[in-house]
Amino acid sequence: MSEVSTREWLLSDQPSSRRQAKLGQAYRTWSQLRRNKLAMVGLGIVVVLILMAIFANLVAPFDPLRGGDLRTERLLPPSWINLMGTDDQARDIFSRIVHGSRLTLMVVAMVAIIATPIGLAVGTTAGYFGGWVDTVLMRITDIFLAFPRLILALAFVAALGPGIENAIIAIAITSWPPYARLARAETMTIRDTDYIAAIRLQGARSPRIIWGHVVPLCMSSVIVRVTLDMAGIILTAAGLGFLGLGAQPPQPEWGAMIASGRRFLIDFWWVATMPGIAIFVVSLGFNLLGDGLRDVLDPKGEK
Amino acid sequence: MSALVEIRDLAVTFGHGANEVRAVRGVSLDVAVGESFGIVGESGSGKSTVLRAICGLAPVASGEIRIEGETLKKPRKRAFYREVQMVFQDPYASLHPRHTVDKVLSEPLAIHGFDDAEARIERALNDVGLGKGFRFRFPHQLSGGQRQRVAIARALILEPRILLLDEPTSALDASIQAEVLNLLDALRAERGLTYLLVSHDLAVVAHMCERLLVMQHGEVVEELSREALQNRAAQAEYTKDLLIASEGFKGI
Amino acid sequence: MTDMLQVEGLNVAFPSRDGPVRVVRDVSFTLGRERLGIVGESGSGKSQTGRAILGLTPPSGRVTAERLEFEGIDLRGAPASTWRSLRGRRMSMVMQDPKFSLNPVMTIGRQIVEAYRRRGTTTRADARAKTIDMLEAVQIRDPERVFAAYPHELSGGMGQRAMIAMMLIAEPDLLIADEPTSALDVTVQLDVLRILDDLVRSRGMGLIFISHDLRLVSSFCDRVLVMYAGRVVEEIAAKDLHAAKHPYTQGLLNCLPRIEGGQRPLKTLTRDAAWLE
Repeated sequence: MSEVSTREWLLSDQPSSRRQAKLGQAYRTWSQLRRNKLAMVGLGIVVVLILMAIFANLVAPFDPLRGGDLRTERLLPPSWINLMGTDDQARDIFSRIVHGSRLTLMVVAMVAIIATPIGLAVGTTAGYFGGWVDTVLMRITDIFLAFPRLILALAFVAALGPGIENAIIAIAITSWPPYARLARAETMTIRDTDYIAAIRLQGARSPRIIWGHVVPLCMSSVIVRVTLDMAGIILTAAGLGFLGLGAQPPQPEWGAMIASGRRFLIDFWWVATMPGIAIFVVSLGFNLLGDGLRDVLDPKGEK
Repeated sequence: MSALVEIRDLAVTFGHGANEVRAVRGVSLDVAVGESFGIVGESGSGKSTVLRAICGLAPVASGEIRIEGETLKKPRKRAFYREVQMVFQDPYASLHPRHTVDKVLSEPLAIHGFDDAEARIERALNDVGLGKGFRFRFPHQLSGGQRQRVAIARALILEPRILLLDEPTSALDASIQAEVLNLLDALRAERGLTYLLVSHDLAVVAHMCERLLVMQHGEVVEELSREALQNRAAQAEYTKDLLIASEGFKGI
Repeated sequence: MTDMLQVEGLNVAFPSRDGPVRVVRDVSFTLGRERLGIVGESGSGKSQTGRAILGLTPPSGRVTAERLEFEGIDLRGAPASTWRSLRGRRMSMVMQDPKFSLNPVMTIGRQIVEAYRRRGTTTRADARAKTIDMLEAVQIRDPERVFAAYPHELSGGMGQRAMIAMMLIAEPDLLIADEPTSALDVTVQLDVLRILDDLVRSRGMGLIFISHDLRLVSSFCDRVLVMYAGRVVEEIAAKDLHAAKHPYTQGLLNCLPRIEGGQRPLKTLTRDAAWLE
């Protein structure tokens, strides 16, 4: 199929199959997103991060864990050989940042996979049923919300023991309540609409209505919120790493790298600064993408 | 003549205590098999609430609703939904914004475990005058009239005997209203459906229904036959006012 | 009869992915101190015509006209100061739903008083007395209560009357009413029409009545413009409507069910591509 006809096929007013209708809808969303320059910058950053994580072995010029000669290659400034310099163990910082992207991405993905479904399930159930179900679920949510995020994560990690897996669990446990609130608010406006009344009149039971009819409508605003929260999640993970409660040395986690570079901040600025820049750029990327997605997906902007 | 739908002293109350609203008070009516029965009233008359009470979407405070002599219980049995279906007023609000027409029509079939979904969906679309080209469209790709046709197809796909029509054309342009009313008329003749139609428009009810109930403030004002309405032989003052108002503004 | 409003070759276009969409195309009419009805179905451009006259076209829209004059004032590209001196004082608009046109956090009385005081200097007590008079004039039985009420405390009919009172307190020469009665019950609808009718008669106001309801418009207005797809397809005196020539006007009249009964099935409209030319 040629370029033009593919586009026409996607934008057709009379799709002839389920697949064409879905793809057409996705294409329309995509072409709307594409018009937003900043969102495309954000998407670019996220894509680069993902590619970097996948091809870390090819991109990184040195081993991230084993350093060079401790006598001659410690704390070298940025050069053509060591793009971002070396740290106190004579390890190439650029290689460590490239490999660290895997950890960052894993944290982000795992938190999204764990927290989003919990938040959606709790929020839509509470919003749909109302009454005592709502009261019980939302008070539990309030309890989680009442703790400062980092402190609660700290407590969990302290209880479960430091390590990247426990850090992920801790962050996931503390990040679902806002999604539950959002999903609940959306559900309460959806619950009383005619199309939900209509499906109820077809004899559908509550799980089917929640899963098939309410969740898809809450999904887009939750996705937007999750994307915008990614920056915060990365920062929390880095913060835990910085405090020594996240990834353990010698893992190249960005927050832990800053922590170890802190000691030489005055004399060897690049050791702490480079991972700092990486955290900043990736957080910015997720924020820009989330902003763009909100413009496209948020149902309040739709007609 | 045996009544298919019987309502006895129906009362519907929303809220509690000081916020209590008695939306429907002591309404009784009978609809025979194959009949088209209208309920006319202005906003707040409780006419739509009667339909919602039949479906279990409004809280019944007292009274009885019987279908074929059997009193409806809460929650409704699954078989009830194959017997009674509803078409809503606003076609822009009654279709799920993220579901294609195909999904809208296949959902009831999946719920009730029909296995010939393909054929049924195509037939339902044909019956309401929409071709195959509409099957995979999203609601935002349809006009108001087309949406209402989809809503009618959705209501008919389970082959109910009773159709509850809540102002099915009041959100549509006059020319589209004519098309939808004709469609509803033809479907009733073809399938022997029983209609319970709610409208604020006397002309629509006079066109569609053999008998009608006039409601005001949640109570029945009077029951009229189509002939009585056409001869403007209303007894109650309120019905007379409605008849005068329906003629438009005649000036002083 | 002198014409207060002259419109010639009015066009309104909105940009879209496939180039500009012309929602109003070459509309021309004049208005004296009379009741002019503009009738059409959704998307016929009737509301955009009304908005363009008041300069209320949304910013993305482009309005062009060969002539757009109100009492000798050229409205094309008029500066904001001209609009300020005209809108609310000499020309006003009543919208379909009072809920969206009244400020929800201000009492009705305060909103009307403010509208009145915007006209010129007057004392607060004077403005209040005038407002109560106005509320009475639009047949609100309990003006003191309505004066102190917030918009959400009023029923639809009351809200619409308060809205009309607010629009009329400045005694405009031209009132554009966009579906002013569509959200109201039929019995209330007549009350509102009676108020408008009275104002046209007693104050010599010009009224443009925009509606989808051809029968209502024909029973209320002196003259009717029928619009289809942005174009005026027929202009006809209301009393001659039964003798309308354009098939679209005829179609609109015939597709309505009648209480007296009659044709079954109802006549439907067959749209002709030639009407667009």
